[in-house]
Amino acid sequence: MGITELNLVETKKLFEEKKVSPQEVVEAYLSRIKKIDPKIESYLFVNEGATADVQHPTSNIQSPLFGIPIAHKDVFCTAGMPTTAASKILADYHPPFDATSVAKLKAVGAVNLGKLNTDEFTMGASTETSAFQKTRNPWDLERVPGGSSGGSAAAVAADLCVFATATDTGGSIRQPASFCGVTGLKPTYGRISRYGVISMASSLDTIGVITKTVADAAIALEILAGQDSRDATTGDALVEKYSENLRTELKGLKIGIPKEYFVEGLDSKVEKVIREGIAQLKKLGAEISEISLPHTEFAVPTYYVIASSEISTNMARFDGVRYGPTVANEEVENLIEMYFENRTRGFGDEVKRRIMLGTFALSAGYADKFYKKALQVRTFIKRDFDETFKKVDFIATPTAPTTAFKIGEKIDDPIQMYLADIFTAPASLAGVPGISIPAGFAEGLPVGLQLLAPQFAESKLLAVAHAFQISTGHHLKKPTFNL
Amino acid sequence: MQITKDLIRHIAKLARINLTEAESKKFTKQMGAIVGFIEKLNSVDTAGIPETNQVNGMENVLREDEIENFPKMSELIACSHHPIENNQIKVKKSIG
Repeated sequence: MGITELNLVETKKLFEEKKVSPQEVVEAYLSRIKKIDPKIESYLFVNEGATADVQHPTSNIQSPLFGIPIAHKDVFCTAGMPTTAASKILADYHPPFDATSVAKLKAVGAVNLGKLNTDEFTMGASTETSAFQKTRNPWDLERVPGGSSGGSAAAVAADLCVFATATDTGGSIRQPASFCGVTGLKPTYGRISRYGVISMASSLDTIGVITKTVADAAIALEILAGQDSRDATTGDALVEKYSENLRTELKGLKIGIPKEYFVEGLDSKVEKVIREGIAQLKKLGAEISEISLPHTEFAVPTYYVIASSEISTNMARFDGVRYGPTVANEEVENLIEMYFENRTRGFGDEVKRRIMLGTFALSAGYADKFYKKALQVRTFIKRDFDETFKKVDFIATPTAPTTAFKIGEKIDDPIQMYLADIFTAPASLAGVPGISIPAGFAEGLPVGLQLLAPQFAESKLLAVAHAFQISTGHHLKKPTFNL
Repeated sequence: MQITKDLIRHIAKLARINLTEAESKKFTKQMGAIVGFIEKLNSVDTAGIPETNQVNGMENVLREDEIENFPKMSELIACSHHPIENNQIKVKKSIG
C-alpha cells in the first residue's frame, strides 16, 4: 500500500512511529499529483515548494497535523498563492492574507499542496462552470466529480491530498463527496469561520472538509471549529473533542427517514443502496422510523431565490478596481463603462445567470413576490427540521438523487443542474449539520448516504457516521483509473 | 410571469453586465424557465409567517469600535492593476 493511500489517522501514526518523515510524505503526494492529476485536473495550482513548508515556525512534531499534506478549495484566501474562485475576474489575484481556516490548519502543522478546482465562485453542481478546467470523477473519467467542491472531492478520492477544505452553500460538499465516494462534512452554519473565504451566499455559506474517513473529519473539525471575531456569525457553542466521541454501535438512537426524499426523481439503483444503508443503521442498534419534512419540495426554488439574491449583492464587489484583470483606464470613457467591461469579460454564464436572477428577485416590483416569499418559506423549512428533531436524533437520506452524471449532460439545462441539490438544499436552509458517507455502489459508481443532525450536534453526527463507516468499509474501496 | 428580452436587458443593465443579442435571447429563455420554476413558491400560503434571515440564533454581535491596521497594506493595494497615488487607486471619473 502506498503512502498516499493512507488516511489522516494512519499517516499521523506513521509519523509517530518514525517510519517515514513528513518530507517524504509531501514528496510522495507531489509526485503523485504530477503523475495522476493530468487525468483528474483537480488542482488549479500546485505548491511545488510544499516540502520546504514542513518546518513551519509555529508547529512541531507534536502539532496535531504536523507534516500532513492537505489542499484548499480555491475560494480560500492563501497568502502568496493564487486564489481565483475558478473565475477569470480573479485570474491573477494573490491575496496578502490567509483565511482563518487556512491559518488554523497551518498553525497546527498542515502543509498546503495547492488550490483545488471548483465551479466558478462555487456556483454549480458539477465543477464544469470553472473558467479554467473540467475536473474528472476518479471513478469514471467521463463523468463529473459533482460540485461545487468537485476538485476537493476528486483530489481526496484519487489520493492527491490527505484531506481538503471545501465549502457548502446548498450541497457543495456533500454532493461531490457522494459522487466521488469520500466523506464530506458540512457543519452547522457558523461553526467554522468564513473569514477569508470568498462569499457566495452569506446566510448559507458553510465551511467544511472532504476527507477519507469520518474519524479524519472529526480531527479536522476540532481544529477548524470555533468563534472568530472576524466572522460575527460564528457561534460560541463548545468545540467538542469530536475524535474522542466516536461510536461503534447505535443503541438507543432514533433515526428518521423522511418520506419526501424517496420520490420520483430518485434513481432506483441509488434508492436500493440507501435502503441497504438504512438496514445497516438498524442492525447497529438504531431505531428507524418514517418521518415527514413536508416542505421539502419547495427547498430548491427557495434556495435559488435566496442564494441568487445574496449572490447578486456579494458579486457587486467584483469590478476590476481592487483586484483581478481590468481594462486600462484609457480604454474606457468613464467608471461605469469599466465596470460593465470587467464584469462582462470576467464572469461566466452561470455567474451571470445567478446575478441576474438575484437582481430580478430583489428589484422594485418583484422583491415581495420572490425574495420576501422565499424568506417566509425558509421559515417553514426550518420549522420542519425543528419539529422533526423533537422526535428523532438524526435524519438519514440519500445525498443526491443520482450517481455522477456525464460531463456535458446537464450544463445547458440550469434547472436540471439545480435539482442535483434537491436532498442537500433543505439542510442548508435550516443551517443544520450534515455529512455524506460512502454507502455502496450502483453500477460501479459511488452512492452517498446523508446523515443530518440538529444544529451544533456535530459530535453525535460524527459518532453515528463513524459507526456506519467502520461497520461497512465502503470507504476503503479505491478507484482504479490509474492501473 | 412572462420574461421578456426587454426585462432581461433591464436586469443586465442593473447588474452592470453587457449582453450580446445571442446572449439576450439565450438568457431570456433560460430565465423564463427558472422564474417558472421559482413561481412554485406562490402555492405556499405564507400569510403572517415571519421571514428567516439568519438560522443559528446569533443576533447583534457587538464589539468595541477599535482601529486595527492591516499589516500588509502595500501588498493589498498592489493587488490592483490601476495606477496608485498616495495609497489610493486611480480610476476614471464617475460622472460626466
